Amino acid sequence: MTTMETRAAGTAAAAAGSEEIITGCDAVAQALRLADVDVLAGYPIRPYDSVMTAVSKMIANGQMDAEFIVAESEHSQFEIGKHASLVGARAFIGSSGVGWMYGMEALVVTSSLRLPVIALVGNRALDDPGAFGVEHNDALMVRDTGWLLYWVESAQEALDTTLLAYRVAEDKRVMLPCALSMDGAFLTHSQHIVQVPGPAPVAEFLPPYDLGDRRFHPDNPVSIAPQFNEDWVMEARRQADAAMRRARGVIAEATADFRRVFGRGPDDPFVDTYRMEDAEYALIGMGTVGLVGKVAVDRMRAAGRRVGFVRVKWFRPFPRPELRALLRGVKGVGIVDRDYSFGSNAHGGVLYTEVAAALYPEPTRPVIVPFIAGLGGREVSVENIEEMTDITEELTARGELDASCQWIGVRGPASDPRYDVERGAR
Amino acid sequence: MTAPEMTIPDLEINRRLTILPMQEFYTSGHRTCQGCESALVMRYMAKVAGPRTLVTGTTGCMYVANTSYNSTPWALPWAHTQLGSAGSSAVGTAAALKALMRKGKIPDERINVIAFCSDGGGGDMGLATLSAALQDTRYNLLILLYDNESYANTDIQASGMTPWGAVTAFTPSGSQMRITHHRWKKNVPALLMAGHPTGRYFANASSGFGMDLMEKVRTALDVGGPTFVQTHDPCPKGWDFDPRMSHELAILAVECGITVLWDCLEGELRYQGLTRQQVDGAVKRRPVADYLRRQGRFAHFADDDIDFFQARIDEMWEDWILPGVLRIKQTPFGPRPESGRSVPEPTEGGNHG
Repeated sequence: MTTMETRAAGTAAAAAGSEEIITGCDAVAQALRLADVDVLAGYPIRPYDSVMTAVSKMIANGQMDAEFIVAESEHSQFEIGKHASLVGARAFIGSSGVGWMYGMEALVVTSSLRLPVIALVGNRALDDPGAFGVEHNDALMVRDTGWLLYWVESAQEALDTTLLAYRVAEDKRVMLPCALSMDGAFLTHSQHIVQVPGPAPVAEFLPPYDLGDRRFHPDNPVSIAPQFNEDWVMEARRQADAAMRRARGVIAEATADFRRVFGRGPDDPFVDTYRMEDAEYALIGMGTVGLVGKVAVDRMRAAGRRVGFVRVKWFRPFPRPELRALLRGVKGVGIVDRDYSFGSNAHGGVLYTEVAAALYPEPTRPVIVPFIAGLGGREVSVENIEEMTDITEELTARGELDASCQWIGVRGPASDPRYDVERGAR
Repeated sequence: MTAPEMTIPDLEINRRLTILPMQEFYTSGHRTCQGCESALVMRYMAKVAGPRTLVTGTTGCMYVANTSYNSTPWALPWAHTQLGSAGSSAVGTAAALKALMRKGKIPDERINVIAFCSDGGGGDMGLATLSAALQDTRYNLLILLYDNESYANTDIQASGMTPWGAVTAFTPSGSQMRITHHRWKKNVPALLMAGHPTGRYFANASSGFGMDLMEKVRTALDVGGPTFVQTHDPCPKGWDFDPRMSHELAILAVECGITVLWDCLEGELRYQGLTRQQVDGAVKRRPVADYLRRQGRFAHFADDDIDFFQARIDEMWEDWILPGVLRIKQTPFGPRPESGRSVPEPTEGGNHG
């Protein structure tokens, strides 16, 4: 089937849907309504909270049938979601910044109990001092704990991926929670044109949630999460590891099925690539920086530079095979981290560390340059992307294989002792 | 340690509970200490709740000692929840049942939801979740707080419900400071009752009075809505006494007026059993020394400390308008007639810190 035919078939299948101009948070809310979520727990923190504002209104208007609980803390919010999921209810939670941190204990047990709760993280800088703007450190804090992690770029992708997330998370081969990350303000509160499907294709795509023999019900007298200790902890961790490994195949399968049912969706489930066909240089980032990156790539291509952009969508499981294949033959790679990991390898961000490790087994590796940009909601401009490309090209020309992380768009000259850091080979 | 002289008081027995089922839903398979009264509370609780019940329990003795993998005492569905999550686990469970039943995804029937927590988990860390759960009248749930007066599973550290002056791992008695636990035990059932006017049922019970306890659990489950029951459970390991005296110590705490058996159903406060006889003046309270002197955790108490403890208990009984429940001694409607006591501060040596 050609792309056009597929799209036409999907459009027909989603005919009962509508086209709306809505924010990223509202798009997720529409997906929650379509997924017939049973229990939602909210606690206020900007900017994720408008998804809860939207669902509570839909429930009050009778457009959605669910229990909505206003929790008294994020910890309780996440525990409510976890326990509802254990009873067999499809559950949804979410948070931002330090709120996500406050509930960290409950997040950890949600994944270790293998409960497919879906969360929205409206990415936000961590306090102190207080800041509303986007940083990815909040969601990244669960990266080692068995949460599936996804960064969306648009409101449409937010809606689609919410449905996809329930399908993948609830798959018997996976049974892991999934956090959808959405750049605070830039996407949570910006409006996009979104195709909202009708109920029929969603019902075809998303089977009912079935916890099976772990269902917490009087008909099934199970003891859930007894004390393990050294006798069994390692085996349980290994099972979670196996589930995360299997998630790759399930994601690919579900994404293909999404395209079949809805007539839209990406070809590659894991990474979003832009003009990488003959690229000599590539920039890699997550979230809305992809929109800016693509515009910058167009500008640089128009100037005759062979540059492409790769947006990492699924961060867990990490798209190691895709990145290795994509970056083969690329001379220089710049990693745009909207996060930090102070004192880490090359003082770079988390994405840098992961990409660099993924490329290590390659027989020939590109020059990899770590950047940190756009922290606390600071804009990453087209010019910033071009600057990062310039630096990457320059270091590649010098064969600099040991580049130290560079901060882009930050105030303070290198001569100022407060900012006097090593600037790689420059 | 010598066996105290015990009087087994007459109990006010609800007739309904004379036909208790023979079945147990908390059975063998746990590894609690000898003389563990909290295990007995679990057994009472499960017995009267019956098989159509879901139980969640916070981290603590009744998690770690009860449920080691491949061994469980629970014939009911039971799930672990985090230390500060009793209230939220109950709300999440009850909300899920309600949504699934309303939408026809599971059969519509009465299913009891019980979340138990400890004094540390419920009285300290999880207090906010108890509060939120007790506000949410959409759901039927019972929170049972088993109070063994310390973080007993983690080596006996002081909680907000450890009695004043008791020695714990974090509040030792030293050569320069005799007393290092300075907080008077908080009254969780009373504070929950006072602050949650839509909660339908609140009760304080004791592991030493099983019939009373079972009646309270059953009443809480039958009345519906969010409800709360607390039990006072002697802990041989945490309180330092011979395990065979557990049950007797629970009774002694009531005889001394330290534990007060009461409940409040839809705003109607009632006292039960021996406590009611004490309130009525039919039975005199025993001196608190009889209780304190039988426990190693109070072995460092000077006579002044005992006197201070006694004065606080006396105030609670003789000056409060609601004896043993709420510290209100005077209202716009006038003082309680026999008021006028002033409770002394702890004496020097007991007041460092």
